[in-house]
Amino acid sequence: MNGTDPLRPPTPSFGTVPRSALPVAARFGPWRTRMAWLLAWRNLAHDRSRFAVTLVGIVFAVVLIAMQVGLFLGFSDATTVIILHSRADFWIAARGTQNFEMALPLDKQALYQARSVPGVAHAERLLVQFGPWKKPGGGNEGVLVVGSDLNTGLAGPWNLVAGRLEDLRQPDAVLIDRVYMDKLGVSGTGVATEINGRRARVVGLTQGIRSFTTSPWIFTALRTGQRFAGLDAEQSNYVIGTFAPGADPARVRADLTRALPRADVYLSAQLAERTRDYWMFTTGAGASVLVSAVLGLLVGSVIVAQVLYATTVDHLTEFGTLRAMGAPRTFIYKIILGQAAISATLGHIPGALVAMALAKGSELAAAVILIPLGLVLGLYWVTLAMCILASLVSIRKAMGIDPAMVFQR
Amino acid sequence: MTPPTASHEPPTLPIADTPALEAQGVTMVYGSGATSVQALIDVDFAVRPGEILSLMGPSGSGKTTLLMILGGLLHATCGVVRVEGLSLEGLPDSALARMRLARMGFVFQSYNLFPALTALENVQVALELKGRDLAEGADLLTRVGLAGRLRNRPKQLSGGEKQRVAIARALAGDPAILLADEPTAALDSANGRAVVKLLGELAHDLGRAVVVVTHDLRIGDLSDRVVRIEDGRIVE
Repeated sequence: MNGTDPLRPPTPSFGTVPRSALPVAARFGPWRTRMAWLLAWRNLAHDRSRFAVTLVGIVFAVVLIAMQVGLFLGFSDATTVIILHSRADFWIAARGTQNFEMALPLDKQALYQARSVPGVAHAERLLVQFGPWKKPGGGNEGVLVVGSDLNTGLAGPWNLVAGRLEDLRQPDAVLIDRVYMDKLGVSGTGVATEINGRRARVVGLTQGIRSFTTSPWIFTALRTGQRFAGLDAEQSNYVIGTFAPGADPARVRADLTRALPRADVYLSAQLAERTRDYWMFTTGAGASVLVSAVLGLLVGSVIVAQVLYATTVDHLTEFGTLRAMGAPRTFIYKIILGQAAISATLGHIPGALVAMALAKGSELAAAVILIPLGLVLGLYWVTLAMCILASLVSIRKAMGIDPAMVFQR
Repeated sequence: MTPPTASHEPPTLPIADTPALEAQGVTMVYGSGATSVQALIDVDFAVRPGEILSLMGPSGSGKTTLLMILGGLLHATCGVVRVEGLSLEGLPDSALARMRLARMGFVFQSYNLFPALTALENVQVALELKGRDLAEGADLLTRVGLAGRLRNRPKQLSGGEKQRVAIARALAGDPAILLADEPTAALDSANGRAVVKLLGELAHDLGRAVVVVTHDLRIGDLSDRVVRIEDGRIVE
């Protein structure tokens, strides 16, 4: 025995030379992987029923994950929709306010204190108040009344599909969203009812302004809202406003905080984040949909892993043949990872289409599913990662083959 | 050495002096202690380019074990295998795989074709692995008489045609050595004869060193030498 050291051979040997001895095209170039991809595809397509099961599993996982993440996004959007659609730069609420919907009454003086702070261009009152809505056909429904200053329109309604904003200047006038017409027992504009025992009349409809809670938003003028709540003209639970051009928002906010020691001052994004975190995480509502999304990911991974593993086991002799022929490990990795990538891509496309169709169908429902393009693209990478992760067991199996098996009969 | 029979053409290439493949004192022991089994005992032989060597013997005599050791698929307990003068001893699996890829072609009894690929694609897999032009696949299949079957999948081919595809695949990249394990065992008489003829051409016309494990006397007759193994020892 000559004790050849493959790292330092006395003469050129297969341990050091062959890779470089192979033609350049053998080491580099996209076509080097052509047959690996072809084998990956044909191995999958060869057993069509099994491949169909794989794709159904991936589609199921993609739809489940997309629905749950889409619901999460829809819920998140619903929790902050009024705040982020307003043109207000800052929000002043009573100290300890946890979320937008449940603000405590604010000092009457807060408005004047805010206006006196340098850098504040404008400040006005806003009312957000729960109240009982008497359904015309009988029964009550909880609603969230938003009373805002119609002259500035800083936090007023949008997306009107019936009626005009000006109509809210009429006594007792309110706007409701089309999504909640059935829930509120309203067949159209002109319907009269009561909020908190006081007369209210529907003068217009909005489209797609959903509430995260079970209580629909009702838009009205500030003074009308105060009447519904039994408050006088100087009572509200928010003061909102805008900064003067060129003012430093952080500095003005700090000045407002000093000027209003018994209130909390938020920039719009801060109040939106606080409200979103409260509803999505403090209540556990967000966590439950995210857990469902993770479960979808796990179920999908298990299905894909099982099918890819079964496919690998079916083709063990072929992998053994490849290894006996001298195929590098990377070639076998490419086949199995190729199978994972093909499965992910072909499973993701119909999955994403189904999810987008369901999201489209949710536009008229109370709980909207938001599936933006970013989610579709991000979900592809999640699906790909899921399939690659699922293929690791198969790679381990394939690489554990003794190539001598091809001679053992 | 068994002289070539009169049934085939005389060699067009001379047999070189330097062995393409050489076994020296190869011994293989499976297990240890009282339960150990000696599969091969002190096997010596060499095969030169342009030569066919048949390994014959009863089942369980160690022929296939020897073929696996010659192909670098199994490490001998002791002894040396040299491929074109270079010892395989101590080489890691990755280097042995590169050696097989660069220097050897394999033909298996059960063909071991990729069922999902066409005949042409089966050959092209080997060509891609060896960094060769995929277009050579059609030439190789034409050379083994399958020009009209390029697009057929293995299940659409007869046993003899499958084995010829396997031979074309083994020839991809012009390997110096061809190792064949019972290449005619699963074939009928006519197909077996065609494969035997093809192996003869590969050795004698193209200068390959061919080692065949076989029970087929036709291959034995065609061979330049027949090595008989019984109980792990060369007996003839």
